Amino acid sequence: MSAFANILVGGVFHAAVLFLVAAGLQLVFGVQKIVNLACGSFYALGAYFGITFISYATQFGISPWLIFPGLIVSGILLGFIGPPIERVLRSVYGRDESFQLLLTFALVLVFQDVFKFIWGANPRSLDSAYLIYGTLTAGDFSVPVYNLLVILAAIASAVGLGLFLQRTNYGRLLRATAENRGMAEALGVDVRRIYSIVFTLGAVLGTTAGALVVPTAAASLDMAIEFVIEAFAVVVIGGLGSMRGALVGALIVGLIRALSIVYFPELEVLAIYIIVIGVLIFRPVGLFGRSVA
Amino acid sequence: MTFNSAAITALIGTVALALLPSVAPPYYAGLMIPFFGYAIALLGFNLLFGYTGLLSFGHAMFLGLGAYGAAVMSGVFGVKSFELVLAAVILGSALVALPIAFLCARYVGIFFGMLTLAFGMLFYSFLFKFYHVTGGDSGMRVPRMNILGLAFERYNKIEFLAGPFYYYCLALLIIAGLLMWRIVHSPFGLHLKTIRDNSRKAEYLGVHVHRFRLAAFVISAAFGAVGGAILGFRVGLADPELVYWTQSGQLVFMAVLGGFSNFFGPIIGVLTYILLQDQLQSLTEYWRSMLGVILALVVIGFPEGIAGLAIVLRRRFARRPA
Repeated sequence: MSAFANILVGGVFHAAVLFLVAAGLQLVFGVQKIVNLACGSFYALGAYFGITFISYATQFGISPWLIFPGLIVSGILLGFIGPPIERVLRSVYGRDESFQLLLTFALVLVFQDVFKFIWGANPRSLDSAYLIYGTLTAGDFSVPVYNLLVILAAIASAVGLGLFLQRTNYGRLLRATAENRGMAEALGVDVRRIYSIVFTLGAVLGTTAGALVVPTAAASLDMAIEFVIEAFAVVVIGGLGSMRGALVGALIVGLIRALSIVYFPELEVLAIYIIVIGVLIFRPVGLFGRSVA
Repeated sequence: MTFNSAAITALIGTVALALLPSVAPPYYAGLMIPFFGYAIALLGFNLLFGYTGLLSFGHAMFLGLGAYGAAVMSGVFGVKSFELVLAAVILGSALVALPIAFLCARYVGIFFGMLTLAFGMLFYSFLFKFYHVTGGDSGMRVPRMNILGLAFERYNKIEFLAGPFYYYCLALLIIAGLLMWRIVHSPFGLHLKTIRDNSRKAEYLGVHVHRFRLAAFVISAAFGAVGGAILGFRVGLADPELVYWTQSGQLVFMAVLGGFSNFFGPIIGVLTYILLQDQLQSLTEYWRSMLGVILALVVIGFPEGIAGLAIVLRRRFARRPA
């Protein structure tokens, strides 16, 4: 039983990270109608930067208690790359989807070399940094406290995003822009600023997820293109543009991966895409998506 | 594009390609083999993208089918004739594409892209995870085959690729180009363009939109398989990287670089891409970002691609009084 619980917690941990990246993807797609392939690169950027941060932190003897909040802060600070990238994307708003997709694909290529230039071609990892907060043990079930913190952080950001979008004035403006850009603009919403802020928020979600994952996993050049495809699966299953969909989709993908790695290793990735195809065929708008007229 | 100017463009291109091995060093003739492979695949890809308006983000799957098909036919079943292998991969790829097209052709835009992406990744993970069938990440060997029943035994592999196989692929590209020219200028091609421009109106006029999209998808898959078989033959290996989604992105890149609204655009795109990649790789290890920057510039600055730019320049030149 405890083995199963371990798998479950592992799956939820993976889902938590996936949710953060997928939420960024959803936000940008929901408001700007752009599928941002570069969100995986934001994730990788966060991860690489997290590694640098932790190695400096240990070098200067910063209290390990500051590492978790420090990673979150560095993820948020990395959001500074959002506005200039949004500025580049601005040139393809209203153009064909294929151009938007290709421009973000170009960003993926550029980012990959930036990582190679700064952090080298070899994967970078930290030894057992995830054990800094110890482990929680009950019988033969044990989980690193750090993983629980990450899950909590993801839940907190899910709640925070929900409150922000549903309850605050600014959230209403975002939703109005997502619903009908022209009308929102006519009513005096500064759509340009909204786009810039939404894109930056999406980038911050990605970089924070990357920074948080790095004590448990290595940062490598391929992680961007591998992760974006998984985040893609999440948003397709959940429904493009839906936050609730991102949450449920992330849980489905995270748990299926965790379960199949243990029970049917051959089906690890296969199972995810079978679900994606099933969803697209039987319910193309996704589990929580709304049909677009 | 009128028939005459297209014929002239094609003729110049053919003559230049035919003369290349005797003028340029053998290295460049070898470099041209992937050009032929990708060019044939791109002809098919553009039937779907440029002419039908469907952006597939999983098209690398069919190149993979071609390469793996060649590996299975020649490596496992010991078929020595490349023509037989080509026929088999065309048939196999079309058969695989049929059910996929049936499901995908109901969608357009981003949903079509994502569905094809999912199928591509499904095939990738199958290749990657089922070691005992596909060799996993080490791939499958593609042994050397005969072309037109001739083994060319006195040539080593490199000489063979730069010599007989070069002209063989050139011939294949010409056949594929003529075939595709016929397809896009037939009533069938007109139907596809109508569907691209206004599918609802096309349906109203009695066009079976779904059926035509399906047919375009299957044809483009068959072209992709031929290209994939050539690529596999050249490297001597079919490996799962050929099917990864970034490969599909690269195909779209090539089409947009050359200009997908022009018949020759994708071919020009492949040529530019391959020469560019080759030059950049020898210059810097950061060639990927260079390509990324070029892609971004093309997308932002001249979305009609090189072919579109050439047409604009020619018009401007022609307008000038003599």
